Amino acid sequence: MAISESDVKKVAHLARIGLSDDELKLFSSQLESIIAFVDKLREVEVSSVKPMSHVLEMDNVVRLDEKKKSLNREEVLKNAPESLKGHFLVPKVIE
Amino acid sequence: MNYEVVIGLEVHAQLKTNTKAFCGCSTQFGQEANTQACPVCLGFPGSLPVLNEKALEYGIRVGLALHCQIQKLTKFDRKNYFYPDLPKNYQISQYDLPLALGGFLEIELKELRKRIGIHRAHLEEDAGKLIHEGDHSLVDYNRAGIPLLEIVTEPDISSPDEAYEYLVSLKAILKYLEVCDCDMEKGSLRCDANISLRPQGAKELGTKTELKNLNSFKAVRDALSYEIKRQKELLESGKRIVQETLLWDESGEKTYSMRTKEEAMDYRYFPEPDLPAFVIRDEKIQAIKDVLPELPEALKKRFIAQYGLSDYDAGIIVAEKALAKFFEATLRLYPKAKLISNWLIGPLSYELNSRNMSIESLSFSVESFVSLLTLVDEARISNLAAKEVLTQMCNTGASPEVIVKEKNLLQVSDAGELEGIADKVIAGNEKSTADYKSGKANALMFLVGQVMKLSEGKANPKVAQEVLKKKLEKWGKDA
Amino acid sequence: MIKLYELTAHELLEKLRRNELTQEEIVSGLNKRIEEVDSKVKAYVRVGELSSSDGLPIAIKDNICIQGQPTTCASKILENFRPPYDATVIQKLREAGFAIYGQTNMDEFAFGSSCENSALFPTRNPWNLECVPGGSSGGSAAAVAAGEAIWALGSDTGGSIRQPAAFCGVVGLKPTYGRVSRYGLIAFASSLDQIGPITKDVEDATMLFAAIAGYDPHDSTSVNRPLPDYSASLGKDIKGIRIGVPKEYFSLSKGAQLEGIDDEVKRSVEEAIAQLRNLGAKVKEVSLPYSQYAVPVYYIVATAEASSNLARFDGVQYGLRAKDAQNLIEMYKKTRERGFGYEAKRRIILGTYVLSHGYYEAYYVRAQKVRSLIANDFANAFKECDCIVTPTSPTPAFRIGEKTQDPLAMYLSDIYTISVNLTGIPAISIPCGLSKAGLPVGLQIIAKAFNEEMLFRMAHAYEQNTSWHKQKPHL
Repeated sequence: MAISESDVKKVAHLARIGLSDDELKLFSSQLESIIAFVDKLREVEVSSVKPMSHVLEMDNVVRLDEKKKSLNREEVLKNAPESLKGHFLVPKVIE
Repeated sequence: MNYEVVIGLEVHAQLKTNTKAFCGCSTQFGQEANTQACPVCLGFPGSLPVLNEKALEYGIRVGLALHCQIQKLTKFDRKNYFYPDLPKNYQISQYDLPLALGGFLEIELKELRKRIGIHRAHLEEDAGKLIHEGDHSLVDYNRAGIPLLEIVTEPDISSPDEAYEYLVSLKAILKYLEVCDCDMEKGSLRCDANISLRPQGAKELGTKTELKNLNSFKAVRDALSYEIKRQKELLESGKRIVQETLLWDESGEKTYSMRTKEEAMDYRYFPEPDLPAFVIRDEKIQAIKDVLPELPEALKKRFIAQYGLSDYDAGIIVAEKALAKFFEATLRLYPKAKLISNWLIGPLSYELNSRNMSIESLSFSVESFVSLLTLVDEARISNLAAKEVLTQMCNTGASPEVIVKEKNLLQVSDAGELEGIADKVIAGNEKSTADYKSGKANALMFLVGQVMKLSEGKANPKVAQEVLKKKLEKWGKDA
Repeated sequence: MIKLYELTAHELLEKLRRNELTQEEIVSGLNKRIEEVDSKVKAYVRVGELSSSDGLPIAIKDNICIQGQPTTCASKILENFRPPYDATVIQKLREAGFAIYGQTNMDEFAFGSSCENSALFPTRNPWNLECVPGGSSGGSAAAVAAGEAIWALGSDTGGSIRQPAAFCGVVGLKPTYGRVSRYGLIAFASSLDQIGPITKDVEDATMLFAAIAGYDPHDSTSVNRPLPDYSASLGKDIKGIRIGVPKEYFSLSKGAQLEGIDDEVKRSVEEAIAQLRNLGAKVKEVSLPYSQYAVPVYYIVATAEASSNLARFDGVQYGLRAKDAQNLIEMYKKTRERGFGYEAKRRIILGTYVLSHGYYEAYYVRAQKVRSLIANDFANAFKECDCIVTPTSPTPAFRIGEKTQDPLAMYLSDIYTISVNLTGIPAISIPCGLSKAGLPVGLQIIAKAFNEEMLFRMAHAYEQNTSWHKQKPHL
């Protein structure tokens, strides 16, 4: 299946990754060959096969509703590139 | 043309667990920003979620109360989108195998009962809080990771009033189940609405809009009414409805479009690899069923059957769990259902509403309330005085006996004491006296009223009436 | 004279016990060795004792969180990130008295098979500095091989412990999924990742594995199941053990996607199998017909999970942030454009693509179904054998730069290791030969889930009767 630069651009936007024109070109052709490679899976008959998202047969893993110590605020914000008044600061969210 | 309104509601109820959905951080409201966060709910690299068993249990409780099928196999999925209130840039939610499917909730509107279908209910984690100021936004993750139950109706709601009634009933159920505070101001209950119009009788649904920023039940009703009008006008002028998300502007009483450029959302759901599936066994469902509290619908039926309450009165009392509890507690000490319900629905509700208070925060006990009722019932104070006593009880929490004594509100039931007043009234109201004698029975009521007035409300009206009658007859013979 | 840096952990512990050595001498010996050779090998990204302890020092891959210590996955986007908590394995090591000694280089976010995708610098193969050490745990394997570490932790998502262990001539174990807690391992592909030991010999591997394995309530995929005494697997004979040899793995004609197996690798592995037979094992042919699809399945599943796991690196809470952005979306895009290397971007885009609307069923769901078939292959094979033996990698270490232009060729170098992660079962790589060019060859032994004992038993029996593990690179 052909993968156009505009396809890659769309996906890169979904993934919030900026790409240079060179990267866009390179990735489009590389993705196309990778997708062509994984398209090999189309030859497998899977209509009656269950998908496997966990390798272990386990279920109902829960914890008790018991409080644990939170981090103190200093620790929470220690790695923050920018913070203000005990909050993380981000550029204006515009839609 | 007549249009049929089609509404569906999505409610997000914050579950009242002690800790968050996937970590042990507290869920307490109103704490300092970013003080209830840990590597897990912050989505720090390497951290992993483990489900709070209470969140699952509460979800099942609600599913059962809404007559849903609790799914035997349920799992979590990742809903992927970038937003700064979402620490991992994906939300742990449920996609194709939700906790509960296919239930209903019965509402009553103008004495008509209607079933609103519940499409599904699923668990997910809440996002943090964004504060927009100036050229930046601030993020607080205290709320991030609090368990939410998203409850989605079928598009069965056909008017803003029905939507309102649905929310009132749902809130009552959630409160009865003790799984959610249902405080819209604090955001523990949130509602989005989908609405479309179609020509009466049409099979296909019209284009819908999604309404957000609905901060109260009233806002839901008002926004829906507004949106019906807006869509109708568009349709009638031959225009198209644009499928979009609209925000309700409460002060301007109108909806406005959230985005100019609606970006098609692609959430890229896939099974959450960090959480193995959940198999809900019948024994677990039964165990939860066994301890489900009596729900408003059943309670109402019982109140009507057991205590002879009217449908209307029972409906009001069961609408709030605390009120229903108070009713039954009072009844245990003082078995006069009708009297109690009158006082709860009337004066007590009035006092609570005027103070914007809930019955849980009353400053007096059930026993005090019973004393008040006894005083009225035994005619030791008048109804009017009793209302004043109740006001004082709400203000100070003092016992009714003390208030009655302090304010000297005991009713005068002694005929001798009332005779002097009656004489004065007869002497000062010749016309009414004459009317009475000429057979106008109403005149007597007027005279009783005058006795009440002169006695500053303390006269027992029954006794006053007797005394007046006697005197008027005698007065007639003397003349 | 004995070379301190060549001693295994159990040999060092024995000397400590006999008071022939002190811990200080061991640490200063390591420091000295690193001073001598690390400028050539470049195995470490950060070094120096990180915790005071009188136990043996250990090197940690740079994707395992150490409280208060930079942990960056060899990525610019996590520059200066200091986790506020210890990974469970770090906690366990501390409790067991280990000294957390240094952090090793890796392919950025474990994306790679050569250690060339590190944002910092490539690590080199101690056996030939022109060659790659393998990846993604290349730093850990190279450090152990070069005597710069006594032992190390790596992580394995598609072969990232075993392949570098094979390339560097050391022992590497990928445990059963769920055996070692992933809490604190910066996730690449959550359903495939496992932390495991990289050591100089099998006995060390059992010791280190026993120290990190076990149930962890912080990881929902951690298994609550008693740990056997792994040391009991050592020194047992292997008479009658049934070894399965997958016919597909050794035939060159089967499907072009199975990259041609190198003749020398093939010969070494066949000799190893013969050796195991001499020790009493029974060799039989087994079939893994769907294994030819393992690489495509892996690159769909692993990149899909990675695209989601790496979404959190967005400049909001930690790590790099582009400061010149006008708004939020621009900040996200610029941060991630600058913070991620080529391979990370490529995999995030591929993973996003296979999950996106219209492709999810065709790629992701289909891949998860084929994954079931691959798991089924192994279940069937294990009905006929107790363990499966394969090469770890189709070739010995390749030259630096040889495959960087061709991501597909790079992906194919994981062909023998990937199925094991997709299935969740354990596997070990041990040295089984040297090529004419003097590069190590690795033998992979695969067992049923939770049967690491079988791996140790087989590997130890082989090791005791060969001397490949005693060969050291000349630096």
